[in-house]
Amino acid sequence: MTVEVRIPTILRTYTGGEKAVSAAGSSLSSLIDDLEANHPGIKGRLIEAGDLRRFVNIYVNDEDVRFLGGLEAPISDGDQVVVLPAVAGG
Amino acid sequence: MLSIYQATYDAIVAHAKRDHPDEACGIVAGPEGSDRPERLVEMVNAAGSPTFYEFDSTELLALYKEMWARDEEPVVVYHSHTATEAYPSRTDIELASEPGAHYVLVSTREHGNNEGPVEFRSYRIIDGEVTEEDVVVAPDLRSSTA
Repeated sequence: MTVEVRIPTILRTYTGGEKAVSAAGSSLSSLIDDLEANHPGIKGRLIEAGDLRRFVNIYVNDEDVRFLGGLEAPISDGDQVVVLPAVAGG
Repeated sequence: MLSIYQATYDAIVAHAKRDHPDEACGIVAGPEGSDRPERLVEMVNAAGSPTFYEFDSTELLALYKEMWARDEEPVVVYHSHTATEAYPSRTDIELASEPGAHYVLVSTREHGNNEGPVEFRSYRIIDGEVTEEDVVVAPDLRSSTA
């Protein structure tokens, strides 16, 4: 499955400035591995200690992946994947 | 330097006073690349806390999709501190993720929900480095020419 992944400003240093890149995978986990293969370093900004980072949001077709099984969330052809850092602070 | 319309400045202060003692948060969007904060969007603090703020993840996506559709970006990201000074906390610095934005901090610690001056300060937060900048409040020219 190849899908388009929307990359937030702060992670575009990994994508050569691209706002969106293509990636392949049948689950979010394999999609992120494919992203990492083409944009080394990006995985560490999304995942920490084997789980999604608390303050990074990933959406598949507008649904927060935390409600879709997290890293196990299935990915299908044509899905829209969006990465957005949380807007949060103290 | 942050240039901001008086009406927008006043609306951010009013939001912070209204939500005190919880932290208020939101953004001011503007045309991409313009550095002009034009469209205020008050957000709900999903944390509902006097010491933390966070945009709800579903509302966050809706906000960004709306900005993308309008060729906008977040020019200002603002939130309030309700018991401490208007300076980014360690958490604010760690979580700052819009390198192009002006981070506005308003402190309501002195007058709370009541009338009275607030601290209103602006910063750049890039790679963990905080740089304070001047805030210039401009009359809202759009309303006088409308």
